[in-house]
Amino acid sequence: MLGSGAMTNSIEDVTREADVIMLVGSNPEEAHPVIGMQIRAAAERGCRLIVVDPRDIGLAKRADIHLKLRPGTNVAFANCMVNVLLREGLVDEEFVRERTEGVEIMSATVRDYTPERVEDICGVDQRDLVAAAKMYGTAKAAAIVYCLGVTEHSTGTDGVMALSNIAMITGNLGRRGGGVNPLRGQNNVQGACDMGAGPDDLTGYQKVADPEALRRFERAWGVELPRERGLKATECFPAMLSGKVRGLFLFGEDPVRTDADTGHVIRALEALEFLVVDDLFLTETAAYADVVLPGCAYAEKEGTFTNTERRVQRVRKAVDAPGGARPDTEIFTEVMNRMGYEQPRLAPAEIMEEIAAVTPTYGGVSHARLDSRELGGRGLQWPCPNASHPGTPILHAREFSRGVGAFSTPSYRPSAELPDEDYPLMLTTGRILYQYNACAMTGRTEGLGEIAGGSFIELNDRDAKALGVADGDRVRVWSRRGSIETRARVSGKTNPGQTWMPFHFQDGNSNWLTIAALDRTSKTPEFKVCAVRVEKVG
Amino acid sequence: MPNITVNGSAVEVEEGSTILAAAQKLGVRIPTLCHLEDVSAAASCRVCVVDVEGVDHPVPACSTPVREGMAVTTDSPRAEACRRTALELVLADHGLDSTNYCFSCKKNGACELQDVCRELGVTGSSFEVERRREPVLDANPFLSYDPNLCIRCQRCVGACNAAARNHTLVAGKRGTRTTIEAPFGEGWRATDCESCGNCAQACPTGALTEKRRASYRSWETERVRTTCPHCGVGCQLDLVVKDGRIVDAEAADGPSNRGLLCVKGRSASFDFVGAPDRLTTPLVRNPATGKLEPAAWDEALDLVARRFAELRDEHGGEALAAFACSRSTNEDIYLFQKMARAAFHTNNVDCCARV
Repeated sequence: MLGSGAMTNSIEDVTREADVIMLVGSNPEEAHPVIGMQIRAAAERGCRLIVVDPRDIGLAKRADIHLKLRPGTNVAFANCMVNVLLREGLVDEEFVRERTEGVEIMSATVRDYTPERVEDICGVDQRDLVAAAKMYGTAKAAAIVYCLGVTEHSTGTDGVMALSNIAMITGNLGRRGGGVNPLRGQNNVQGACDMGAGPDDLTGYQKVADPEALRRFERAWGVELPRERGLKATECFPAMLSGKVRGLFLFGEDPVRTDADTGHVIRALEALEFLVVDDLFLTETAAYADVVLPGCAYAEKEGTFTNTERRVQRVRKAVDAPGGARPDTEIFTEVMNRMGYEQPRLAPAEIMEEIAAVTPTYGGVSHARLDSRELGGRGLQWPCPNASHPGTPILHAREFSRGVGAFSTPSYRPSAELPDEDYPLMLTTGRILYQYNACAMTGRTEGLGEIAGGSFIELNDRDAKALGVADGDRVRVWSRRGSIETRARVSGKTNPGQTWMPFHFQDGNSNWLTIAALDRTSKTPEFKVCAVRVEKVG
Repeated sequence: MPNITVNGSAVEVEEGSTILAAAQKLGVRIPTLCHLEDVSAAASCRVCVVDVEGVDHPVPACSTPVREGMAVTTDSPRAEACRRTALELVLADHGLDSTNYCFSCKKNGACELQDVCRELGVTGSSFEVERRREPVLDANPFLSYDPNLCIRCQRCVGACNAAARNHTLVAGKRGTRTTIEAPFGEGWRATDCESCGNCAQACPTGALTEKRRASYRSWETERVRTTCPHCGVGCQLDLVVKDGRIVDAEAADGPSNRGLLCVKGRSASFDFVGAPDRLTTPLVRNPATGKLEPAAWDEALDLVARRFAELRDEHGGEALAAFACSRSTNEDIYLFQKMARAAFHTNNVDCCARV
């Protein structure tokens, strides 16, 4: 592991300077479109492209190699890459010797992941596996770009670690055009994690479990802080059902639409004694609330977002909020004061001053600096420890955040729920270009609905034929957790036995089907693999 | 590095630089129309011609590379006359046969052709072109193309092919017969067009436009630079505000987006802000009816604080949880997790990083 979940490199050097981009479980043309455009430009300037994805995504057409692997087999794929790199001697020995540890154990782990064996696990030609490893291993600079196709598995963390091994063994870290680069989903999911919106982390990934860190925050905030380990959101739902968690404050989230296994989410929300929702709209989730508070949209307040390359950029107020809606910081301040914690009323710029004061990686960030002529609107990439620091475009240039980089040794484990006689098809869920997540925002732009307004399921031609389903037919899809009706799109985009759905649409939301099988470490649900059955309607 | 002079002033520029870039370095303005930095270099309009010592005809500044010792004159009577003639040819093509065009055009006041005509004092064209009214292509929900206003500068072609790299908008034929094959007519659904609108932003005239432009005049608006609220790329954009409402969004040249936007950033980053179904008052569930009913802020906040405090005091902070919004600002989220830890006394705090 290298440290925290963030792009090691920047969009600019990855798309302009890499000789090879290996895209794993990422469809940037749809989910990160402006990066998608820049990857298309990279391919056109001669950068070679390896696409590792179970579907014929748009970029697969431009790829030198497309490994159309079986969903849920990323760990086997990545271990096989390392196996071939070792066998072919495509190893940066100096980098491995001086900056890493554990290569021997890792080498032993991947020994069994030969192309011959992994061909069967992943369902791809072993010659393509070897060619991909050679293409990556012989590049001067090779970047791995990955997304939720890697993390949204019950073995997601293993997948990330296995990918990091590929970059470490070839020395593709701390150099321009290289790195291990997760494309973070929402506009500010990077910032939310940076700001301590996780049970184990305070701001800047200072650990709750570190007594010294906790004491620093207790001094800064003037209050005794809880030491008990907290639950991740996906762990909270079962805890609501068991009565361990009784009250929930939801800020701008709509888990009834977005989280795995909708039935389970609704039962959990119903079991709560007290639910507060702060949102722009009366969402599906807000309908279960005891109190709903109207907050402000991004265009109605000052602040910052942190993008996927760790770049802190300004958000500026363009219009006033409607009617009685109030800035969210004001709402939280009011609640804190009324609960007995004295929180001064601070403007967003002052809150950033406090963030900088308690967060070493954000130490040099301020609204004044972000607005300055000197930065020219380029933002600041953390770590940015002080006001004269220019920010850090590439991580791990000299050393890893934890000193030496540790190879990890994940073994391939199959997904939690595989197809069987009753549910013979595999379902993967994802996103499309024209909508965003629950559509709370994009759903209010009519033109997008005209382009892409309804639920669908992609079926392989062969499966569709066996089911008697034609392109455009209405179908019902069942999993062990629920069923929905949707429209069939029949093509060769997925392999036989595999189906795919976007989760945006309420006229057939795939999350009634998905499984809340969680990754052991990150507690991310396995949105990318569950078993379903499809039947034609009528 | 070559040394040249522009209007008698010496300047040293990088090998391969154009005359235009050299002039810009000196702060000397040369008008341009079809040129779009890093996106389009068709050199077709000839509005930027300059005189070069020893060359017997004016040359386009945007596409002529400098060489050592070059002496450039940007303001010679001959170059200025050539520019006006070039502009009159463009105007004839644009169809300025009726002033209604400018008055009713969506781009009135934001049209680069208008600007250059004013700059060069061109008010009409002495050239006559056979007029054929061609149909406007506007089946796409966001974009329309009016070939009658097109000056065939091909900046849109550059935007689609060299910037967005989508290759759905192309130029057909050549020279004076050049056509722009814009994928916005009937059958637009069958094309690979992503409706990103980078072509519309590149268009200097009112030919290829975002349909939204019809709702405002550029002089009625102000622009606010901000960061897109959708995915994690962090594109910089300008929200266009008229009378307290956001009416449009334009790409800005940010470090991660380089002047590009996708369809969501350009066309779907603000309708929701002014949506009629925004919540405008707190709602509290009435225990008698079981329905959510409007409430005063003080009432709602007191209830929230009282119930969370009761649960905390009775069952401990671990009986409370707080999920933050990954779409909101760092400042919001920082205070939110502070509220969870300092006031709720719980570490059950998370965001939607896992969905």
